[in-house]
Amino acid sequence: MSNVSKTKLVPIDIDGLCIAARDVKLLTNLSCRINGEGMTVIMGPNGSGKSLFLRCLHGLIPLQSGRVEFAGRLLDQSLIKRQSFVFQTPTVLRRTVYENLTFVARLRPEISADETDRLLVEMRLENLRNHPARLLSGGEKQRLAMARALLTSPDLLLMDEATANLDPASVQIIEAGLRIASAKGLKIIIVTHDIGQARRLAHDVMFLDSGQLTEHTTAESFFSAPRSAAASAYLQGKLTTTA
Amino acid sequence: MDFYGESLYQAFSLIISADAALTEVFWLSVKVSLTALLIACALGLPLGAFLAVQRFPGRVMLIGVINTLMGMPPVVVGLIVYLHLSRSGPLGWMGLLYTPTAMIIAQVILITPIIVALSCQIVEDLREDYHDLFASLCVPEHIAVFSYIYDARYSLLTVVLAGFGRAVSEVGAVIVVGGNIDHLTRVMTTTIALETSKGELELALALGLILMLKALFINAFGLRIKTTAQVKAYV
Repeated sequence: MSNVSKTKLVPIDIDGLCIAARDVKLLTNLSCRINGEGMTVIMGPNGSGKSLFLRCLHGLIPLQSGRVEFAGRLLDQSLIKRQSFVFQTPTVLRRTVYENLTFVARLRPEISADETDRLLVEMRLENLRNHPARLLSGGEKQRLAMARALLTSPDLLLMDEATANLDPASVQIIEAGLRIASAKGLKIIIVTHDIGQARRLAHDVMFLDSGQLTEHTTAESFFSAPRSAAASAYLQGKLTTTA
Repeated sequence: MDFYGESLYQAFSLIISADAALTEVFWLSVKVSLTALLIACALGLPLGAFLAVQRFPGRVMLIGVINTLMGMPPVVVGLIVYLHLSRSGPLGWMGLLYTPTAMIIAQVILITPIIVALSCQIVEDLREDYHDLFASLCVPEHIAVFSYIYDARYSLLTVVLAGFGRAVSEVGAVIVVGGNIDHLTRVMTTTIALETSKGELELALALGLILMLKALFINAFGLRIKTTAQVKAYV
């Protein structure tokens, strides 16, 4: 279904990634390989280091130790430009919806006006084109953030609980957009607490607990027979403790 | 009451008849304050944005110094400028003392810290909002700074108005470095001080009324901008 050959940022090899703050280990010796197929979903309880890990992949947090390689290349500015990040709380510029997109288009001259219009339609924002972005609802803002993220035609899309607190309609629109993008060969890594969403979207699941990767397996295997006790408890809705 | 009534009547007559002395003083005030404001904005807005965006050793201390300068008494600014521009001062050879230029210099020194400190605070708040997004989009520094200033334009405009209000209503510094010379450096505030000391209240009251109207206009304009920006969700 996916045109994997187009994505040049995969596989992502993470080796011995460690992040600590004030002597507290936030990510401990995290090593794995994320392949190009489908969407990778990162799950785990609050404070397990999911968002931190995603931010490390995007260069928003400098690595303290370990290596992250994208198809054999270390992260640099040129690779960051080929990624897009959708934050949990969408940041919108104090401009109209359309100007939020043209701001990105001006940074990347290769983006056409047609693409901007197409994404406005895809994210159901065409009627809000000249609307001040800060007056949008939470769901509309997140759809705008999603359109902005897809506008650069990234090779890797990172989403940090981007659909948390959204109504089902907005979640549906965003997930539809993700499926279209994934089908076109875009590698997507999503952090989510929504087990239903993970079941709908995931090709493979990474489970983090207390800053450690306890499981990385196919979605089918993860949901049918989680290997770690923490993942099992998480899927059953039981509280797990994080360090 | 008759005294106040008569004085006010005379003051309004001067305003309505566009009295020559009053007009001259009014335009010199506006010219000096607007020029000072333009120079202070040219220096203060980029410096404020720079301080908000850049991180370097001593930055916090520098912001603290600028915040302190906001409260600098105008007569002290006047005294410092006087010492530099007087014949025996380091810049005495320029012959600027008791000229409108000296008054502009004093007002620039007075209002630049206000514009730097307030714009720094506004841009810093916006930077908090935009930082991760701009890092993610790899927005070049100069475009980021321009974007902060552009997106904070309504808030910054109120800063500019505050600077203008401070400049035009200031008396201590301009009287020290301008000397309140008739037809040369006499502005509204210095004229009010002079005419009041002479007991000639009509012109003083007329200028006082104009200053009050100006303050009212500036506030109304600022409020209008803020309301427009809030409606458009640009603040």
